[in-house]
Amino acid sequence: MDYKKSTVHELHEKLVKKEISSVELTNAIYKRIDDVDDKVKAYLTLDKENALAQAAKVDTMIAKGETIKPLAGIPGAIKDNISIKGLRTTCASKILENFIPIYDAHVIENLKKDETIFLGKTNMDEFAMGSTTETSHFQITHNPWDLTRVPGGSSGGSASAIAAGEAVWSLGSDTGGSIRQPASFNGCVGIKPTYGRVSRYGCVAFASSLDQIGPITNDVTDAAIVLNTICGVDAHDSTSLPMEVPDFTKALRQDVKGLKIGLPKEFYGEGIDAPVKEQIKLAIEKYKELGAEIVDISLPHTEYAVITYYIIAPAEASANLARFDGVRYGYRNMKATSAPEMTTASRTEGFGPEVRRRIMLGTYVLSSGYYDAYYKKAMQVRTLIREDFTKAFEKCDLLLTPTSPVVAYPIGGNMSPLEVYMLDVTTIPVNMAGLPGISIPCGFVDKMPVGMQLIGKPLGEETLLRAAYTFEQATQFHKAVASLGGK
Amino acid sequence: MTEYTTVIGLEVHAELKTKSKAFCSCSTSFGSEPNTHVCPVCLGMPGALPVMNKRVVEFAVRFGLAVNCDIQKYSKFDRKNYFYPDLSKNYQISQFAQPICLGGHLDIQVDGKTKRVGITRIHMEEDAGKLVHSGATINTSDSSAVDYNRAGVPLIEIVSEPDMRSAAEARAYMEKLKAYLEYTDVCDCKMQEGSMRCDANISVMPEGAKEFGTRAEIKNLNSFRALEKTIEYEVQRQIQILEDGGHIVQETRTWDDAQGVTFSMRSKEEAHDYRYFPEPDLVPIVLDDAYIDKVRSELPELPDARKARLIKEKGLQEYDAELIVSNKKMADYYAKADKVASDAKVLANWMLGEVSAYLNNNTVEMDKFPISPEHLGELVNLIKKGVLSNKLAKQVFAEMLKADKAPAELVKSLGLEQVSDTGALQAMVDEVIAANPQSVADFKAGKDRAVGFLVGQIMKKSRGKANPAMVNEMIVKKLKE
Amino acid sequence: MKVTAKDVKHIANLSRLTVSDSEMDKFLEQFNQILNYADILQKVDTTGIEPSPYVIPLNNVLREDVAVPGVSHEEALKNAPEVHNGGFKVPRVIE
Ligand SMILES: [Mg+2]
Ligand SMILES: [Zn+2]
Repeated sequence: MDYKKSTVHELHEKLVKKEISSVELTNAIYKRIDDVDDKVKAYLTLDKENALAQAAKVDTMIAKGETIKPLAGIPGAIKDNISIKGLRTTCASKILENFIPIYDAHVIENLKKDETIFLGKTNMDEFAMGSTTETSHFQITHNPWDLTRVPGGSSGGSASAIAAGEAVWSLGSDTGGSIRQPASFNGCVGIKPTYGRVSRYGCVAFASSLDQIGPITNDVTDAAIVLNTICGVDAHDSTSLPMEVPDFTKALRQDVKGLKIGLPKEFYGEGIDAPVKEQIKLAIEKYKELGAEIVDISLPHTEYAVITYYIIAPAEASANLARFDGVRYGYRNMKATSAPEMTTASRTEGFGPEVRRRIMLGTYVLSSGYYDAYYKKAMQVRTLIREDFTKAFEKCDLLLTPTSPVVAYPIGGNMSPLEVYMLDVTTIPVNMAGLPGISIPCGFVDKMPVGMQLIGKPLGEETLLRAAYTFEQATQFHKAVASLGGK
Repeated sequence: MTEYTTVIGLEVHAELKTKSKAFCSCSTSFGSEPNTHVCPVCLGMPGALPVMNKRVVEFAVRFGLAVNCDIQKYSKFDRKNYFYPDLSKNYQISQFAQPICLGGHLDIQVDGKTKRVGITRIHMEEDAGKLVHSGATINTSDSSAVDYNRAGVPLIEIVSEPDMRSAAEARAYMEKLKAYLEYTDVCDCKMQEGSMRCDANISVMPEGAKEFGTRAEIKNLNSFRALEKTIEYEVQRQIQILEDGGHIVQETRTWDDAQGVTFSMRSKEEAHDYRYFPEPDLVPIVLDDAYIDKVRSELPELPDARKARLIKEKGLQEYDAELIVSNKKMADYYAKADKVASDAKVLANWMLGEVSAYLNNNTVEMDKFPISPEHLGELVNLIKKGVLSNKLAKQVFAEMLKADKAPAELVKSLGLEQVSDTGALQAMVDEVIAANPQSVADFKAGKDRAVGFLVGQIMKKSRGKANPAMVNEMIVKKLKE
Repeated sequence: MKVTAKDVKHIANLSRLTVSDSEMDKFLEQFNQILNYADILQKVDTTGIEPSPYVIPLNNVLREDVAVPGVSHEEALKNAPEVHNGGFKVPRVIE
């Protein structure tokens, strides 16, 4: 049986009706992984034994007539920067090559309570620093729509696993677009929730004030289902919001009438590939047709967002990644004869070039004499970027933009780091302001999926889901299947 | 030769007496097996996050109020970045830009003079773990083992103004801080366990100079003695350099207790680039007047207030009162004993004399002192009533140290009661005068010291138990007859 | 060029990293490209603008002072590269 494009909600129905068993489903997905992961390389670690044991447990629950949660018995994939106790977690870095977490991330605890199944851990850019999944120490993940192209990143493995039918749902993390951009490159739905909606406890920190865990799924309904499980306040995360979590599936209504959708003009400039822009314009037309009101707005500080991000995120990362020192866990250079030498050698050998570059950039902007010119300035500009959004949301309910200025591009492209960074221009401002954002499929360019980004007010996930769901139900883009071919 | 002025500022770290660590729920108890009070947070495991302990804020505010600080309504945490194996995240969560307390002061007494020492700021932060060296010292060890049990234990760092001018003033300030930490019950001040320790910023300048000299920072002094010795050594070292025409390097130094010297930690200039920035994993602390007032209303009586009370209500000398209040356990003991004792000053003399001598000689703290305060009060009463002479009282005191019995009981069982019975004394007086005609003649000839001899004879006869004052009076009376 | 090889060595030292001589030229080029681009921030007037270290309006997230057992000693040391006397063994701490 083939479960490509099977959704959580469909499979849940089948499990409850005993049309399939969780063990069958799990085995079938592992078979699919066996068949295609040689080509896609989405996974770093598989956990078949535990997954099948858990599937059997859920089958027993169903047999006993117990009520099961929507995610129970449905196999998902977890980005390899989210801690699962006892299962190797590498952040795709040599420095954590053999690291076994001693605790579960808060989201993992929640998912375990719902009796879900973890197939394994997915590839990513090393420490989530990248947007192609090429900076992984272990392997390059390939885009299932065209294996010669990147899957995006940093949650490239989590997105391509969905596109290739190697998982039913997955978790990614998003610091500057790392869920939305790979979701867009892979024709998936990806949500970065409002900062604080999902506990960061157990997600290996990249940039603490920006990181947020979220789902990557085949459709909007599945995204809502996963959000229901992972959202909520956590006593272990001081920045998790103590707000009540609604049932997000209740927000899934086919209705955008009267909804005001803002188009920030700065997101439709020259940096956006014309064919991508064309697909987005069609989506805008569709929304009009569906009854939404389109308003033009401006986010004047958008042009500063990328560099502001590339100051703040590396600054925080330089401290967050200081703990990888070879003392308590992770890779250690065994030849060094002093602790400072050991730490320096372990870090230099354990981190890849992009991670080292960002740590040093972050160290530089915080260092004595440069703090005010770079870090402090960036934090002030961040305030202006946030204020832009606040003003914009006085005029509209959500914003619509391309998720990425481009579709997935070839692996091994010869871009400079700065050129790659500039491609994050559409996703970064959302993290800077802590807002929720979703990417949903809205067309194809060159047979590659195009994603549309909807940006909501703080805690505005329900509006996002409603608008995304309405578009999805009115279109067929989410049903397209990746070819697993090359050019 | 140029005269120099010494300038000293202290940064005192006090471990707070909380049950759990600052940012995780691990126990703060001291002396356990290595790495047994640890969790993902204090081990700096990937993905772990800090959550602030409510009590730490309360203790910082309480102490800040006690030492006259302005409590800040808005304060936040920063990361202080430096690599060291005992620092599990390789940054310390501290408060840099906006600490919880600003601008306080304490008054110290040195050489009978009162001096005010400014407190610049007090901030909350976490302690580091401990390195156990495989060799004798950090310098001779090939390797060390890190224990993170102390990692994350909450601290307040109390930063003084550079207001002290001598080792004695620095010591007095440190002792006063200790008293305040003990009275407010926020720190157990076990200096040998490192729960109170200080860094000293020391510089010298030619007398009358307008600008301070370049300072050296001496790290981790964990006894009053080390503080004094360090200052004395460092001042001489710096003066010597200046006298030799050299200049002082701003650097971090460490005190070597065995050799009695400070030496440079030879840290590169980078050591001081801590790259502080706001801690994004914690949110700000925002306090309102109601909270601050509540903490203020719960403040106990503080050392200076208690001292003033002892002077005013008990008539103690300032010096004695300062000594008693400077040790909270002693002050509390005194208060209990005073409820029983009929003379507060005699009690104070005993506390600062015999009791303190015992504590010093046996290096025990007041709470381990074997005599209960009630019994010490009763001893004072026996002296005041004339039942015991001072000499006999010391004998009884010695017995009380062996077994904490009521002094009246010991007087009886040891037969030490002073003889104040007029009949019995008169018999002895008559007897001694009869046996010493020479002394009687001397007295009549105007030699007063004959009286002393006769009293001595009676004391001998009574094996010290005769009430000497009464005997004296009776002899004079008899001789004048 | 904003940053020189000497600066890079200093930053590397602060970060406990090394940049080898063979990597240096490329590193400098990329590093300076980013820093030069950062100059556009100077166009923004930030006079009187408060920095935003936090993106959500939360204060006083505090826990009660209750001690709870952490992880076992074994678990604590599970990932340790080297162990000695129940501690994480490190080579001599002074260079
Ligand atoms: Mg400190
Ligand atoms: Zn802990």
